Amino acid sequence: MHIPDGFLDGKTAIASAAIATVGLGIAIRHVQQTFSARRVPLIGLAAAFIFAAQMLNFPVAGGTSGHVIGAVLAAVILGPSAAVLVMSSVLILQCLMFADGGITALGANVFNMALVAPFTGYTIYRLVCRVLGGTLRAKLTGIAFASWCSTVIASIACAGELALSGTARWNVVFTAMAGIHAIIGLGEALITSLVIVSVARLRPELLQESAELEAKPAYGQLLAYGLIVVLGLVLFVAPFASAWPDGLEKVAEALGFSGAAMQQAVANSPIPDYQVPGVGSSVISNILAGLLGTLIVFVLSYVLARLLTSKSNSTKSLT
Amino acid sequence: MRLRLDDPYVNRQSIIHRLHAAIKLFAALGIVITTIALPRSAWPAYCVIGIALVVIIALSRLPLTHILKRLALLEPFVLVVALLSLWQRDGVLVFAGLVTKGTISLFTMIILVATTRFSDILRVFWSMRIPNVLVTTMSLMYRYLFLILDEMTRMTRARASRTFSPGRWLTWHTLADVIGHLFVRTSERAERIYAAMCARGWKT
Repeated sequence: MHIPDGFLDGKTAIASAAIATVGLGIAIRHVQQTFSARRVPLIGLAAAFIFAAQMLNFPVAGGTSGHVIGAVLAAVILGPSAAVLVMSSVLILQCLMFADGGITALGANVFNMALVAPFTGYTIYRLVCRVLGGTLRAKLTGIAFASWCSTVIASIACAGELALSGTARWNVVFTAMAGIHAIIGLGEALITSLVIVSVARLRPELLQESAELEAKPAYGQLLAYGLIVVLGLVLFVAPFASAWPDGLEKVAEALGFSGAAMQQAVANSPIPDYQVPGVGSSVISNILAGLLGTLIVFVLSYVLARLLTSKSNSTKSLT
Repeated sequence: MRLRLDDPYVNRQSIIHRLHAAIKLFAALGIVITTIALPRSAWPAYCVIGIALVVIIALSRLPLTHILKRLALLEPFVLVVALLSLWQRDGVLVFAGLVTKGTISLFTMIILVATTRFSDILRVFWSMRIPNVLVTTMSLMYRYLFLILDEMTRMTRARASRTFSPGRWLTWHTLADVIGHLFVRTSERAERIYAAMCARGWKT
């Protein structure tokens, strides 16, 4: 999902860099205010850990392999603010030490993978935990589901940025990105929940520690993240979602005066617009398909959590 | 075992290597921004930038094969994203423009990476008044990356030498266990590091 240099135009690169900077700023402030000094080295080492974990290849069918992205893993273990910091550091290092991911696309990459992914993942995880309760099984359901959702949502943000830059047509880039990442997300969900099971078995208090930190979440900070993420998604994705067939043409016409494009984006974003006649049934059927897919993944997450908890229970009773 | 993660030529001596990291960082940023801002069919300008980059490679005494190898490793990502641009009006033209821009930018970044130590870039970040927490995180990450990767490699090797007939499910399970263990060790190491930092008078 690393966008290389040359694929974003000026307005998208600048807008995403601005949003990413603000989001990162919120995370830094939050960490400075709430984290004890004892956890500062942990954040740095966790960044190295996420980087290392990303280099571990999991075999997938046919000789190909995948790896964990780790946004939800970091968010669940360390909390959302530290996760934003960790993922941003990983992306900056990958850009400036391995030339992986463009330097002008760094803002967009940070927004997609270090803000959208941990924040949406964390929110979904907390929501599922609230609905299903705080047992390990509920947590694992939440983690698996959140991993999939965050991967897919981040890829949709990425698709929006590419389409807004005029690099590719929205329906092509959206289908490709969301389609591929709906599959990658399944792997991410499986690995993340397996890792959490493993940590829960080895050192449950490490997860407990973060849970205590979560016990008093700063709603102001979460709200600020939410606003930043929603603002970014409205800018990058909403222009296309509301005018499906020729969103690109509209934006291409607006190219050069981004202010007007942004106004249009905001004007088009409210959900009732989805029902505008003429935008038609394709949007609705797409949304329905998306919802159905999400529901299926949720059920799969629950099944996975059941499997993993019953297994870890049996190993526990064995030892 | 000692892993080599940073570029093997990063410690060479040359005019480019000796330049201050900040100059190289902003020069690379400038070249990339110029390349992107150029119109899609400005072929002469692309050629000029390309020649300039070749001159810089020569000045920095980097073997061209090394640069090309790195490029071959990263170019596929550019091509895959660029392929998506084919489905539109004048798709071939857009595709050609994107690939050219992407490749020139990659060239620039690869040269930057091969001539500039990440620790020097971190020093630039320190002097740029980027928030302390972020630079500390990156510094610690850079410092311990090699150790943690080493640890991970040892664990996966130990795992591989003990698992004789891994099914896919078992492989995934043990690899996830490796990551879980790695996190436990990482947080234990962080505790030790914090104690050591405090012992040496570290303050936030």
